[in-house]
Parts: sequence; C-alpha cells; structure tokens
Amino acid sequence: MRGAKSAKWVAGAIVVALAATACGGNDDGGDKPKASGKPAGYVSIDVGEPQKALIPADTNESLGSYVIQSLFTQLLDFDADGNIVYTNAESIETKDSKTWTVKLKKGWKFHDGTPVTSQSYIDAWNWSANIDNKMQNAFWFEDIKGYEDVHPEGEGAKAKAKEMSGLKAVDDTTFTIELDKSVPYFEYKLGYATWAPLPKAFFDDPKAFGQKPIGNGPYSFEKWTHKKLIQVKANEDYTGPNKAKNKGVQFKNYATVEAAYQDVLSGNLDMIRQVGPKDLPKYKSDLGDGAVEQEYAAVQSIVPAFYTKQWKDVDPKVMQGLSMAIDRETITKTVLNNTRKPAKSFTPPQVKGNQDLDTEVFDYNPDEAKKLIKEGGGVPDNKIFIQYNTDGGHKEWVTAVCESIRNATGVECLGDAKPDFATDLEARDNDEVKSFYRGGWVADYPLNVNFMRELYGTTAEANNGRFSDKEVDELFKKGDNAKTLEESIKLYQEAEKVLVEKMPAIPLWTYQINGGHGKDVDNVKVDFHGDFEVTEVTVK
Amino acid sequence: MGRYVARRLLQMIPVFIGSTLLIFLMMFALPGDPVRALAGEQAVDQAQIAALKAELGLDRPILVQYVSYIGNVFQGDFGTQIASQRPISEVILDAYPVTIQLALFAFTFIVVAGILLGVIAGLKPNSIRDRGLLGLTLLLIAVPSFVTGYTAQFVFSFKMGLVPPNVGLEPSWNEMLMPAMVLASLSLAYVARLTRTSIAENLRADYMRTATAKGLPRRRIVGIHLMRNSLIPVVTFLGTDIGSLMGGAIVTEGIFNIKGVGGLIYEALGRREGATVVGVVTIIVIVYLLASLIVDLLYAVLDPRIRYA
Repeated sequence: MRGAKSAKWVAGAIVVALAATACGGNDDGGDKPKASGKPAGYVSIDVGEPQKALIPADTNESLGSYVIQSLFTQLLDFDADGNIVYTNAESIETKDSKTWTVKLKKGWKFHDGTPVTSQSYIDAWNWSANIDNKMQNAFWFEDIKGYEDVHPEGEGAKAKAKEMSGLKAVDDTTFTIELDKSVPYFEYKLGYATWAPLPKAFFDDPKAFGQKPIGNGPYSFEKWTHKKLIQVKANEDYTGPNKAKNKGVQFKNYATVEAAYQDVLSGNLDMIRQVGPKDLPKYKSDLGDGAVEQEYAAVQSIVPAFYTKQWKDVDPKVMQGLSMAIDRETITKTVLNNTRKPAKSFTPPQVKGNQDLDTEVFDYNPDEAKKLIKEGGGVPDNKIFIQYNTDGGHKEWVTAVCESIRNATGVECLGDAKPDFATDLEARDNDEVKSFYRGGWVADYPLNVNFMRELYGTTAEANNGRFSDKEVDELFKKGDNAKTLEESIKLYQEAEKVLVEKMPAIPLWTYQINGGHGKDVDNVKVDFHGDFEVTEVTVK
Repeated sequence: MGRYVARRLLQMIPVFIGSTLLIFLMMFALPGDPVRALAGEQAVDQAQIAALKAELGLDRPILVQYVSYIGNVFQGDFGTQIASQRPISEVILDAYPVTIQLALFAFTFIVVAGILLGVIAGLKPNSIRDRGLLGLTLLLIAVPSFVTGYTAQFVFSFKMGLVPPNVGLEPSWNEMLMPAMVLASLSLAYVARLTRTSIAENLRADYMRTATAKGLPRRRIVGIHLMRNSLIPVVTFLGTDIGSLMGGAIVTEGIFNIKGVGGLIYEALGRREGATVVGVVTIIVIVYLLASLIVDLLYAVLDPRIRYA
C-alpha cells in the first residue's frame, strides 16, 4: 500500500498546485459592484479591441477609428449629407487647388493643456508620412510636395528627409500645404482621422502614447482595459461644433454580436453597431424606436480578375450580361434580410456626385442578360467562380448570386471559398484569383472620386482586378486636373458613365447598418461611413 | 513512485518541443500574411511591409524563427503580437483566468452531478430512474451546445430573470453559473453514462457478493468497494476532459460573452498571429500532459493492484 499512499499524496499536491494557480489568477473575479460599472451620464457602445495601438496614422480598421475619432479632431469633418464642416480649422482656402492655406481656430488645447498650433499638425504629418515610422496610413500624405523624400519608393527604402517641403507654418495658427500637383478634392481627404494633430508628448514616446493617447478631441482618454473596455471622458473645455452631449463613452468589447445584442436587451449596453443575423428578423420588434436602420457610403461588388485567361480580352457586354443576370432586388430582400440596397451605379447615394446613370445594366433581366452574353462572345469555359472569405458572412449571398446567374443564363457559377480574409487578400495580391473576387469599399471621404479613382485607375493600389483602360485613366486624370471641386466631381461623373460601358466590376449593393440602442439613450445618429455619432448621443 | 513522476515530467520536454514545432510549422504553412492583412483592402506599401517584418523577425527562415522563439520562451518571453504590439504573455494572462474559472466551475459540476446521477441510475439498472437518466443524457449529448446555450439564456435570463445573460467586465460567480452548466452539460452526460454502466456491471461482480456475505454495511460496499472499481474509466475520461475545458470553449464563450482562451485562439488564427497561437497551444499541451499524469496517478489510488516504480 505504500506506493498507493504516496501516489495519493503526489496527485493531491498537483491538484492543489493547479487549483492555487487558478485562484491566484482570478482575483478580479470577486463581487465588485456590477451593473456594468458605468459612471453616470456615460453611454456605452459595442466597439471591440482595436487591432493596433491608438495612433491616428496607424489605424485603418473601424474599431480603432471609433476611439481615435472620439479623442482627436482634425481640421474638418462631414455632416450626414457629406458636406464639409470645419472643426479645428477656421478656414481652408485655395486659389489653384495646389497650395492650400489653413487657418486654425484659436485657443484650442490638447488634453494635456498644450496648445494646438500649426506645428502640431505639421510635425504630426511629417512623422506619420515618414517611412521609418512604418505608419499604415502613410500613403494618405502622398499628395503633399516632398512626400517622396520622407517616403521613397522601392525595397529597403529609407527616408531622405525628415520634413515634407510642402508644409510651411506661417504663424501659430496658420500654415500652408503645397501639393505636388493640383488636387481639387484635397480638402475632402483632410476629413480622414489620419490627419489629426499630435501633441509634443507623442514624439517623446510614440509607443507609450499609443496606449494612453492625448488628443484634442471631444473626449479625453480615461482608461484602456485590454480586450474589455476603453473609457473616455467628455472634454469640458472643447469648443468644436461636435462637443459631447454626454459625459463620456465606454467602448466595450463583446465576444460576439449576439452577446452584445443580449446586453442591449437587458440594459447593460446602450448601443449596438450591427445586429447579428440571428437577431435580425426580430430586432425591430425588440428595440422598437431604438432600432437604427440607415444606409451608408459603401459598395459591394464582384470584380473580375482581368489578368486571367478567362477575362483577359473580355467584351464588356459579357459583364453587362452577367450583371443583368443577378436579381439584386430579391437577394437583398431575402438572403440578406434587407440589410443591403441594390446598387444602381458604381457609387453609393451618400457621396457627392452620385448620379442616376439611366442604364438597365443593374436591373434584373434574364432575356437581355442571355442576349448580351451571346453578343459578347459568351463566357469562356461557360463557368465562373466568385472568390470570398468564409469568415465574413458572405457565403449566403455568393451562393444566391451564383444561383441567380445560373438560372438566368445557364452559365455555371461556383463560390471559391477562402478560409479567412488574410488568405483571400493574399490570393488577390498575388494575382491568383480564378475568375471574380468579392470587393467591398467603404468611403474614406464622401465623394464619387473615392469610389472610382482608388479602385479602377491603372496604377491604383486597391485595383486588385488589374483593370486597365486608357480612356478611363484619361478621364480620371482630367477630373484630377479640374480647377474646382464641382468641376472635378462632374468630370468623374462623366467617367462613371464610361465605366458602365467598360464594366471594371459588377456592383451589387450598397451597405446599410442595422443597429440599435436601448431605452436609456436617445439621439443616436449615423454618419456617412456608417459609424454612430457618439458625441450626439444623449442620456435620458 | 517519485522516480516515475520525474520520468513522466522529463518525457514532457520532447512532447513540448515536438508539439510547438509542429504548430509553428503549421502556422507558417497557412496562406495569408499577417502584416499584409493589416492593410485590408487599402493600398499596401511593400517596402513598409518588408520593414515591419524585419522588425518582427518574420523575414528569417522558419527554423531560425523557431529556435529563437523557443529560446525566448525558456526565458519567459512569449514574444509580441504583430498588430497590437502587446507582449503575448500579457495577452494570454488576460484570457486565462476566466477560462480557468469557467473550466473549474464546469469540471466540479461534471464530477459531482455526473457521478451522482450515474450512481443513482446504476444501482437500479433498468428501473424507471435509470431509463429516465439515459433519456436525459441522450438529449444532452444530441443537442448542440449553442442550442443549449441560447435556450438557457432565453429561459433563465429573459423569461425568469434568475441570472444575468452575459458575463460582464469583471466576471462574478453568479454570472459564470449558467455558462458553466451549459459547458458542463455534454461531459456531464458522458460521465453519468460511464458511471452508470460501470456501476451496473460491477454490481454483479464476485467481490460484491463477498462483501455483502461478510455483512458489511451497504454504504461501505457502495461507497468504497463498488465506487473504487467503477471509477477507473470515468477518471480516464475526466482527465482528458479537463484538458479540453482548459483549452477554451469557443461556442460557449461566444454566447455568454466570455473573453477566454477559445476566442483568443480563434482571433489569433484569423489574424495569423502565429506566436500567439503557439503560446496558447503550448500551455494547453502542458495542461493535457499534467492532467494525464494525474489520471495515471489516480489509477493507483483507485486500484492498489496498479503500482508505479
């Protein structure tokens, strides 16, 4: 029995040890005050853990952007109709769309009390554009003169200068931006969060700053409990037009949208950005007035890979035919539960310059579809694939689109599933798309330009279908060289009409948010790219 | 005995190295570049991606990466996440407490309720209560856990208001009760069935008749003689079960908003955060190894005929 006894002891010891580590680990599991621990007057929203540290020029995903936008205010912002509203800027003027003079509002301060000056902007932009700092959004500064000195092209490139020659401070609240060439819509680009100013404290230790950012925005940073919560407090001294109407915001991370939805129902969470498919059929009756349904500026399309044998010399008529074989109306209503609206052009209705194209290419018409495909010489191999990522809820509509094409035209259509977004992107980058890929684009700024130039210009980097057409490039160039913004928008409208003839992609539908809020808050509005305007939310 | 334990602990080293290497290689073989994926559909600057990779050491040959990774792990450094730039040890420490809490809670429930139900049913095979238990456990096994989860949430939180529907920022025991029961339900059914069969079979064993003939009290016959002999298969099952519980339960975690290890691995896989996946899996492997060691030692406790030297 001796062996058995000591075995008992050893086993017992291991169990005790494991249990001890377990207990040590959950000190914070006690019974602290619950009720979601939200200070009075604060509002909460389901915004999960940002992928990266909170630095404006390094954040391009929606979760981080939410937090960045609450902490920082750029020169300008947009209202719900896509019009410019000056926030930190007093005025932005230009005569030739090449040199822009920015006047800042006086008396603005960062949350640490230091003043917001011309230099705060210039230093921030110079630093962010610098290739050595490896900021994700560095390319946003590429229009500025001297960008290629701080961010040269090519492998292993190092910055040749620290400053872009195009940025010059005139005095504390005035500075000029000189561009490489005239960009009539440059002002619109300034609304992106990347253009935020940074305080001196940032340059001392960018890494620490990213964990505890100091901005000039409507809210100041309070705390970040990783993977759980980011809390920001309303900035009492803020003088911008978007001053917070609540006392603060909690950005709460939820494991799933379903869990977040349950918390809205039980009153633990005020706002949910998007209701999951499981709860979509009933969220309107659950939330009543709290249901938020609004379209925003984003388009989903299927994009042919023009480098494939199949589409190399395709007659655009085939694409038009395939487009007309898709019953957008029915698919958005049934499979997508009314969360999308059928597309009628290459641009969404929320951007300036969206137009009625007066074409039937986006309407469902099986007979016409068959005819057009036949006229265009048919689909090579009589079989197409649509590449998509299975981790984004795309399978259902891809299947439906394929079914629609197959039924209308007899062309075999199959989904080409990639396990996740990373794999999907890799296939696109390496030109390995078999036939079509799923493309989605959310507006960076509310102009039609953003939905064409960035996607279908020969040298545009997001042009993964490698569409290239001299006439289209020429028209884009003309739009870029226009004297005024209005003229530029008009020229791009002309370009869009040509796009219908060339079909660089088949637009499917525009996005809509289906979110909601609980009974404790009010005035929940949505901006042009589908984000809630948290500053406007009031507590009842 | 001590030597046996020492030998088993030493055997963990090659298993540890082998499994980490395998996972490391698998992560490497997966398509999709984590640094590139950060840019999404936006424009990408290849030079910048290359610079970032060099900084993270992702441009080196895979085996060099592995050796330096293992070297760092032995110094307690699990590396840094690609996107968030946070130390991975910190990320894991964030996720583990709640998973351990949930696992232990569920495990206790499995052991207590499972064995109890099994004994009650097994002592009277083919009675009504035995049939009832078989029916109930069959139901628990057949229903997928997300159905059990959402149903429990709907009934107990929204209809009856007994427990909060979700686990909040600071997980408390009453919030963990429902997720733990849901997570436990499947294993509980297995344990109950195993115990029931084992007990029912051993009831007819010779030593039982002897014990009864000796005039021993029934409590002692069932509690000591019968239980000890019947629990060996159950303990084997429980040993692997604690391992899988510690590995996180992605479905249950998702339903009840628990930010544990299951969600961490899933997210890290999607973002190709190789070092994070390897780190978490390494810990899971160690937990499995320790659990199986405990099981082996428990055999000796339950059945004195089994000895280790």
